Amino acid sequence: MTNFTINGKDVTVDVEEDTPLLWVVRDELRLTGSKFGCGVAQCGACTMMVDGMPRRTCVTPVGSVNGAMIETIEGLEGPEAEAVTAAWQGLDVPQCGWCQSGQIVSATALLREVPKPTDDDIDAAMAGNICRCATYVRIRKAIHDAADAMEG
Amino acid sequence: MTIQSRRQFLATGAGLVIGLALPMQGRAQSGAAAVLTRDGVGPGTFAPNAFVRIAPDNTVTVICKHIEFGQGPFTGLATLVAEELDASWDQMRAESAPANDELYKNLFFGLQATGGSTAIANSYTQMRQAGAAARYMLVAAAAREWGVSAEEIIVEDGVITHAASGQAATFGDLAEAAAQQQVPVEPALKNPSEFKLIGTDRPKLDTVGKTDGTAMFTMDVYRDDMQTVVVRHPEVVGATVATFDDSEALKVKGVQAVRQIPQGIAVYATSTGAALKGRSLLTVEWDTSKAETRSSETIYADFSKAATRDAGVVVEEIGDSGAAIDGAETVHEVEFRFPYLAHAPMEPLDAVLEVRDGKAEMWMGAQFPGVDKGAVAQTLGIGGENVTLNVMLAGGSFGRRAQTSAQIGLEIAEIAKAAGGDGAWKLVWTREDDLTGGYYRPLTVHRMRAGLDADGSIVGWENTVVNQSIMLDTFMDQGNSEGKDPTSYEGSTKMPYDLPTIRVNWVRQQSPLSVLWWRSVGHSHTGYATEVFLDELLEMAGKDPVQGRLDLMKSEAGRDRAVLEKVAEIAGWDGTKVKGDRAYGVAVHESFNTYVAQIAEVSDVGGFPRVHKVWVAVDCGVAVNPNVIRAQIEGGVGYGLGTVLFNDLTLLEGGIVSQKNFDTYRMLRIHEMPEVDVAIINSVAEPTGVGEPGTPPIGPAVANAWRALTGQAVRHLPFETTGV
Ligand code: FES
Ligand code: FES
Repeated sequence: MTNFTINGKDVTVDVEEDTPLLWVVRDELRLTGSKFGCGVAQCGACTMMVDGMPRRTCVTPVGSVNGAMIETIEGLEGPEAEAVTAAWQGLDVPQCGWCQSGQIVSATALLREVPKPTDDDIDAAMAGNICRCATYVRIRKAIHDAADAMEG
Repeated sequence: MTIQSRRQFLATGAGLVIGLALPMQGRAQSGAAAVLTRDGVGPGTFAPNAFVRIAPDNTVTVICKHIEFGQGPFTGLATLVAEELDASWDQMRAESAPANDELYKNLFFGLQATGGSTAIANSYTQMRQAGAAARYMLVAAAAREWGVSAEEIIVEDGVITHAASGQAATFGDLAEAAAQQQVPVEPALKNPSEFKLIGTDRPKLDTVGKTDGTAMFTMDVYRDDMQTVVVRHPEVVGATVATFDDSEALKVKGVQAVRQIPQGIAVYATSTGAALKGRSLLTVEWDTSKAETRSSETIYADFSKAATRDAGVVVEEIGDSGAAIDGAETVHEVEFRFPYLAHAPMEPLDAVLEVRDGKAEMWMGAQFPGVDKGAVAQTLGIGGENVTLNVMLAGGSFGRRAQTSAQIGLEIAEIAKAAGGDGAWKLVWTREDDLTGGYYRPLTVHRMRAGLDADGSIVGWENTVVNQSIMLDTFMDQGNSEGKDPTSYEGSTKMPYDLPTIRVNWVRQQSPLSVLWWRSVGHSHTGYATEVFLDELLEMAGKDPVQGRLDLMKSEAGRDRAVLEKVAEIAGWDGTKVKGDRAYGVAVHESFNTYVAQIAEVSDVGGFPRVHKVWVAVDCGVAVNPNVIRAQIEGGVGYGLGTVLFNDLTLLEGGIVSQKNFDTYRMLRIHEMPEVDVAIINSVAEPTGVGEPGTPPIGPAVANAWRALTGQAVRHLPFETTGV
């Protein structure tokens, strides 16, 4: 049995403790916004916020998040998340869309840490998120736009 | 305009546009891309044809015959309909058409198919007619209800008005009445000068669902009592199971069965985690007797040996190039090598199949849905009429989901067959399955030879292209190919340059290794070989890369000329190839009737290129949605750039695939992405595609800049392999 809070809800799951959190969230909790792209912490498609930090959940055993606070794309909240999502929509960032939940979670995490990121900050925070459609030009611009919007 | 009653029309079955009224029930229960519509088809809905549905709530849903995996057909086709319908963009929705080769055929291919950057091109008139027909019927309904003449009615921004009587209605208000009107056969279309939506930026219809986690892809489908299935595939493409041991796998909690299928060993489990764990505990011995067991290195050597000018078939010949080159002042002869490449769509391949009482329903992102559907029907031994395939949003494809062999349809059908009886199964591929799964961009050798006269003019050009065929021996080969497969060499012929003598021959190679179209297909290598080789020749002749190309262009190559001139203008080209630590390289290449020129700005960072900025000029005819066009060019540049810098899907000794995940098969990342500045040429020509044409020019543009900067010619891709 593992207990954690996901998007504000307390849940208990009865799965093997070494099961990656990604598959528990998708298969058991049916929150399918977080995606599978590599399974080896190389692409970022599975990124969720675990206790306020972006985590690659394809390599996070569910047993290790007992008692944790988890946020997924479906429940991402707060001014940074809102600004990021609005900027993403304003620029039509997604193409196929598969990587974008992970991109948005990573971008939100960045803005929570660094309200006014430089291009280097963006490179450092986002380099772990692959976009095979190469929407990177718009991802970068959307992060700057979101930061500007939050500044007022 | 001719008018037929709906009954007459259906009876004659003629006409491209108003095919059949869709059966209302069951249309939207598919779940395919449901997030984009949410509302099902209710009473009072107006569906004038197979492509348009207008609901009482005033939404207009375009049923998109092309799969949406990021290239924008939902938005593009909806724009075409909305334009002729005079709809408001806010009321537009889109969803995927189910598999139906008759109703939803690609007019260029004759079956339901997405590929070759044809979605907008083949739909341009058809979708506008679909919208115009709906508009005609709405106006007819309004005229009847209000007792006024149809000619006096105006439709603007989704509102139907009759000024004299002060009447106004929305499409939703009139949906039910419109459904009773006669269907026009050839509704009048607007003149391009009257376009209001076409040619302007529109927000994409699929964006919101892709930013809040609600967009539904194949992997997101769950059915009652569904098993998740993963298959242990061979690491030598095409190997088959000799023996296997599943005893450890079966001990895993959640693993319910293990079966041998033709594709490998299938593990059936209650969850993905259990299935993957079970698979990792299988022991399998493989039989590689029917597989490609040569290494990439050996294949290169074999192809290189086969690359002689007299081998294979001549696919273009102008004058006597042999004599011209033999008599030239300077002869330049080089070989280019292009590796196998994986498409690596971000969503690995997957499918869901449910079989109940002799009927099957499938969910998958298929580019040829009728082919996968047929494979399931055949494997399960049920009639095609008993199989429904819901085309889902897909997390990228780049050609990978365009399967003439129904690779995924067959695999999930075999999974169902091996399970026996009714049930529901989700097949999930991992990245390892994807990279070792075959269907690569063909490994290709170009042997090129050209002669220059004393003035540096090109007197002869020869290109021998050596690779496997993608199309021959598949159903796409209609028997009239005369042993030629243009997808192997397209782009090496019909160049825009006026050269006095040309000879291009194609030497087909055989291998059991499967190959497939990969974003821009033949152009993915021919664009590089021709534009780098030409650039080398211009350099040898001391000519400017831009002016040198312009001087060579045929008089009829006006569109190639225009994009090259445009890109030179926006990049501020002044003939200086190197400025400080930055160098600039040029390439121009037409593919799929779209013309693209690029200039790349490159510096040398630790002995490897860093691409800072890319200027692009594109002529794709009428720019239906400039926002989508720019996005596709940006993406095409990034996709092509990562590939030429890093990617080589390498076969090791014995045919073992070397790269199994993104740690070794490197994807371009955000810090490696250049700025991209796109200029779209104003045009009223019929629109052409943009999904692929942005990709071919980036490689040669970067290589030409790199050679200008360092003197190093990159002729064996990727850059990493050449030893850059
Ligand atoms: S799926 Fe987790 S990082 Fe790729
Ligand atoms: S949008 Fe397709 S992978 Fe990022």
